[in-house]
Amino acid sequence: MKVLLGIDGSDESMKTLRKTIDRAREAGDDLTVVVVPKEEAKRSQDEMAAAARDLVTEAGLDVDVRVVAGDPGSTLVDIAERESFDQLAIGGGTESPMGKIRLGPITEFVLLNANVTVRLVR
Amino acid sequence: MTRERVYPEEPAGPFPEPPQSFADREDREISIVTADEADVDAVTDMYCDFDPADRAQGIPPTGETRIREWLDTIFDEGINVVALDDDTVVGHATLVPDTANGEGDECAYELAIFVLQSHQRAGIGRQLLTTLLGYGKREGIERVWLTVERWNRAAVELYRDVGFETCGSESFELEMSLRLSG
Repeated sequence: MKVLLGIDGSDESMKTLRKTIDRAREAGDDLTVVVVPKEEAKRSQDEMAAAARDLVTEAGLDVDVRVVAGDPGSTLVDIAERESFDQLAIGGGTESPMGKIRLGPITEFVLLNANVTVRLVR
Repeated sequence: MTRERVYPEEPAGPFPEPPQSFADREDREISIVTADEADVDAVTDMYCDFDPADRAQGIPPTGETRIREWLDTIFDEGINVVALDDDTVVGHATLVPDTANGEGDECAYELAIFVLQSHQRAGIGRQLLTTLLGYGKREGIERVWLTVERWNRAAVELYRDVGFETCGSESFELEMSLRLSG
């Protein structure tokens, strides 16, 4: 399956990336990783892309890792549709102090606007 | 979330402090008392009986092990009240410090409240909520926030009624906040 993973420079995205790589190995997915901009993220987009390239190489996968500009949600949806991905994977939300799952605005946009299947990674 | 949360300028209240007791709409004698680590077993029992359909945003978790892990954190860091019908816990409300957004000693607290299905729609939630806020104020808590699913009208109305104001709505949930003092 052709899977597009959208991540930013957060710790949550790092976790999402590791889980998606594991899954891609198991399922034999053809994975593409897109690093979107995020203000005040822990890592810059380039740092995150470098980390992603290291992780996929370690996993023995051949993965296209890209850095993109623009609005994160619409850019991801646009790439997924234009390049005929089967699935768009994104992080499944952060947890509040209470443990409540919180979906951010990017996730909401993707869920409502994507024409492809969306996977929330937890 | 690094975004600044907005709080009402005026403090809400006054709120009752624990312990409280009252007859609910079904004429059951309910008491609301503070709870600590010693009560985790009884609260775990309540959540084991909880209908999964009444979960909100992933909590309470399911299965005793995960429930206990979740409660251990909440009771370790937060302040808690429970509603008792005889000696059985039928409701639980909690304020957990938002340490990620802490500003020195004065950090905001996230609120959550759960009432067992058998005891819903009897006025217990409102008493739990107001008594928790009275307890929070007594403990020196100044700012409280919560998130609630938009479709949960009853909850949104209740929160609004005790003084919460909507402060964010850019996602699936409404975010609401309340000032206790300061």
